[in-house]
Amino acid sequence: MDLPILTVLIAIPLVAGALCLFVSDNAARWIALVATLVGLALGIWLWAGFDPAGPQWQFTELVRFGGGITPAWALGIDGIALMLIMLTQFLMPICIGASWRAIEKRVPEYMAVFLLMQALMVGVFCAQDLLLFYIFFEGGLIPMFLIIGIWGGAERIKAAYKFFLYTFFGSVLMLIAMIYMVVEAGTTSIPVLMATDFPFDAQKWLWLAFFASFAVKLPMWPVHTWLPDAHVQAPTAGSVILAGILLKLGGYGFIRFSLPMFPEASNFFIPFVFVLSGVAVVYTSLVALAQRDMKKLIAYSSVAHMAFVTFGLFAFNRQGIEGAMMVMLAHGLVSGALFLCVGVIYDRLHTREIARYGGLADNMPGYALLFMVFTMAAVGLPGTANFVGEFLSLVGTYQASSWAAIAGTTGIILGAAYMLYLYWRICFGKLVHADAAAMPDLSMREWWLLGPIAAAVFWMGIYPESFLKPMRADIGRLIERIERAAPPGDAQLTAGTPVAETHPEAAH
Amino acid sequence: MNLYAILPEIILTVGALILMMVAAFGGRRVTALTSWAAVALLVGASFALIGDPQTAGPLFGGLIVADGFGAFGKLVAFLSSAVAIVAALGWFERDFEHGAEYPVLILLAAVGMAVMVSATSLMTLYVGLELNSLASYVLASYRRTDDRSAEAGLKYFVLGALASGILLYGISLLYGFTGTTGFSGIAAAFARDETPSIGLLFGLVFTLAGLAFKISAVPFHMWTPDVYEGAPTPVTTFFASAPKVAAVLLATRVCLDAMEPAMLAWRQIVIFAALASIFLGAIAAYGQTNIKRLLAYSSINNVGFALVGLAAGGVNGASSVLFYMTIYVVMTVGAFLCVLRMRDQDGEPVETLESLSGLSQTRPGLAAAMAIFMFSLAGVPPLFGFWPKLLVFWAAVDAGLVALAVAGIVGAVIGAYYYLKIVKIMYFDAPAAPYARVREPAETALIFLFAVIVSPLGYLLIGPLGSLTDRAAGSLF
Repeated sequence: MDLPILTVLIAIPLVAGALCLFVSDNAARWIALVATLVGLALGIWLWAGFDPAGPQWQFTELVRFGGGITPAWALGIDGIALMLIMLTQFLMPICIGASWRAIEKRVPEYMAVFLLMQALMVGVFCAQDLLLFYIFFEGGLIPMFLIIGIWGGAERIKAAYKFFLYTFFGSVLMLIAMIYMVVEAGTTSIPVLMATDFPFDAQKWLWLAFFASFAVKLPMWPVHTWLPDAHVQAPTAGSVILAGILLKLGGYGFIRFSLPMFPEASNFFIPFVFVLSGVAVVYTSLVALAQRDMKKLIAYSSVAHMAFVTFGLFAFNRQGIEGAMMVMLAHGLVSGALFLCVGVIYDRLHTREIARYGGLADNMPGYALLFMVFTMAAVGLPGTANFVGEFLSLVGTYQASSWAAIAGTTGIILGAAYMLYLYWRICFGKLVHADAAAMPDLSMREWWLLGPIAAAVFWMGIYPESFLKPMRADIGRLIERIERAAPPGDAQLTAGTPVAETHPEAAH
Repeated sequence: MNLYAILPEIILTVGALILMMVAAFGGRRVTALTSWAAVALLVGASFALIGDPQTAGPLFGGLIVADGFGAFGKLVAFLSSAVAIVAALGWFERDFEHGAEYPVLILLAAVGMAVMVSATSLMTLYVGLELNSLASYVLASYRRTDDRSAEAGLKYFVLGALASGILLYGISLLYGFTGTTGFSGIAAAFARDETPSIGLLFGLVFTLAGLAFKISAVPFHMWTPDVYEGAPTPVTTFFASAPKVAAVLLATRVCLDAMEPAMLAWRQIVIFAALASIFLGAIAAYGQTNIKRLLAYSSINNVGFALVGLAAGGVNGASSVLFYMTIYVVMTVGAFLCVLRMRDQDGEPVETLESLSGLSQTRPGLAAAMAIFMFSLAGVPPLFGFWPKLLVFWAAVDAGLVALAVAGIVGAVIGAYYYLKIVKIMYFDAPAAPYARVREPAETALIFLFAVIVSPLGYLLIGPLGSLTDRAAGSLF
């Protein structure tokens, strides 16, 4: 097989995006939809061709630009990257569909920018060269800046600046750290760097520099403040991408860089990460409880959910890291779906204020059903995707620190509180407002957007093995790499001595 | 004596003198002729840079040197001068009676730059600098009926003369304490003592101060915004590109050749000037409402980044400076070419930032090009402007100046704000009155070419351009 499939995955949206600029509104919509569906099909083919028992890096490609230390077009994926690419490819056609009617001005540019975004995101997950990774990673800022700034709400300009400058500032510190690593190690290859041991003193600084970037992206408390603004102002599809994929870059960064490249420093900073995550889980959940704006509420819930990712990753054990990955995938689906649910009623009433709705279960039963599914998933109901991730992540965290696990579990309870409260205020009660009562139920297009996500949420919740299998070997390699720095943990579980099996009949 | 080694300079000088006569007798009618002839001369001089004589080593008893570093500098300077002439073509058709002399002045300035980048003696250094400066003073006040242009010329001249005085004072001190004006002799004198004598240090400081004026590094930058704003836009395009490259390369040669042994002494000065330029350039640009003034601060900011590479020193540092200045020229000239398109319906130039409002809806192509240049100047990947910034920081980290790199990159984030502001005005704001459409295919082609170079396709240049700058930088040592 010689088809450079990863390059194709990046090139399709780029070409389609360029094409969109030169055609009419409707043609641009169709081009974007077809391109993203082709991307999804290729993604499925990629998943089918991925061998979980095979080598760590598959589908590798390498083209050098010049001698010396220069960025190389080095692509390749492991199971972790595969799953995140699948998430991207799955959400993209849905985003295009969600923008079908909602975006009416400057449609060709919108589709072009969205497709550019997709290309860059896939690039981030494929990149095997440090500098190439950085170029893709930072490149994502430009399309998102434009999406928020051009097609956003009333406060869009402030939100766009805040988004850009926050994340840009975080990332440039990482750039200095990357330069330092390349100078020290003499290579830009990520697989080689993942096996390079840096001295502990250097590791601490490098870890902090990478942390600055990933913590802003993830986002972690207290550098999360750009997220609610960006979410509230972005158009629906922009929010879906932001929550579904962009936030995952932070978690991916931790799992690809911080942990394997600086295991000792990661161990050193565990208390720091756990405290920030613990505060995030409790504080942002409480903040979410007090929100009157639907999108803001979901945005804060994202911050809380992402804390499970950091808890799990820095637990240094298999359950924790697998759980973190599952939380990322599940959150990508569920928060994306929740933003779509908000978008559905926003398109009808043009307000995000929770109090303007109520009793929608009466006139929009289909909507209430799907919204219920995603609410329950966000709460972490067993049988849905989030349950698997949150449970694994907390099991892992408990082995590392009981206190962190307690904080995390509190977050689950609070999560149930704010999600159910939101659902209650929107779907139950009496239809007070006449305009809300006049809203029609889901259209066929909206069913097509939300239905597949609901199916995926159940699939992930009922049979998570499909998703864990490709990642198992890679997480195993990661554990092997960081084992030497793993913390002892405060819950020392010692295996009991099994009671000698006595079978009376064996005596005979 | 190998006259082939100075063939480019001979071509330009003779050509400039002939064209001067043509312009004097032909008047306005020959503007297009002299312009295209001057472009042809610059391109021809660039071709004359190919070949062995261009790396022949010291010439004329060590007054100048023919080496890869100089040749690279000349190439960039000649080509950007040619672009400045093309950029002015449309302008002169509309505005002036004396368009014909403009290309002649540019040619003379280009000769000055050629001398600057290959000077290995304080005397030739000064002669080259002054030849370039005198032509520049006249160019700044080229639109003499316009008060702003006259003021710009006068301001540039007075401050430039002051800076030349400071530079000459430094040169006289260096000569007095070393007994020679040759770079190699000065280097030997610096190498003789563990710590240079007070007199030598004073000479070093004054020389660098004079050069800092020419590259408009903080704290000798005050003239830049006024001159850039007042001078006619094609002239500003020129100022921001070729002479700046030549001056930065001259400073690089002085630091890394003549003063190499005193690295610890000049490094602190360069680091200060670098950080001060980066931060002042970034912060002072905030309140600007005139696009040319804003780009003036942008050029101050960019010189700061180039100086980060110079502070790193060594082959890597020098190479990163060359790379940085090359791409800087592409981005800045591209941006100025877009500014040249800002004309109201009567054909009068408009310079306010507000007039750019909603450009993406009235002129999507122009807005896209400008946005590419702005994101690139801000150093945001995947645009190519990111790579030269990476290179200078790389050189700094490699030289152990991690703190400098961190401080510089923080400045880059602050600077990103005002580049974003232009993108915001063009893309987010409601459209203002549209600009007049002009038909200038040569300029359009240049804008397109430059936009392609700084687009992600530019990364393909890393190999060829990188090996060129590496070889050029290597010839310094």
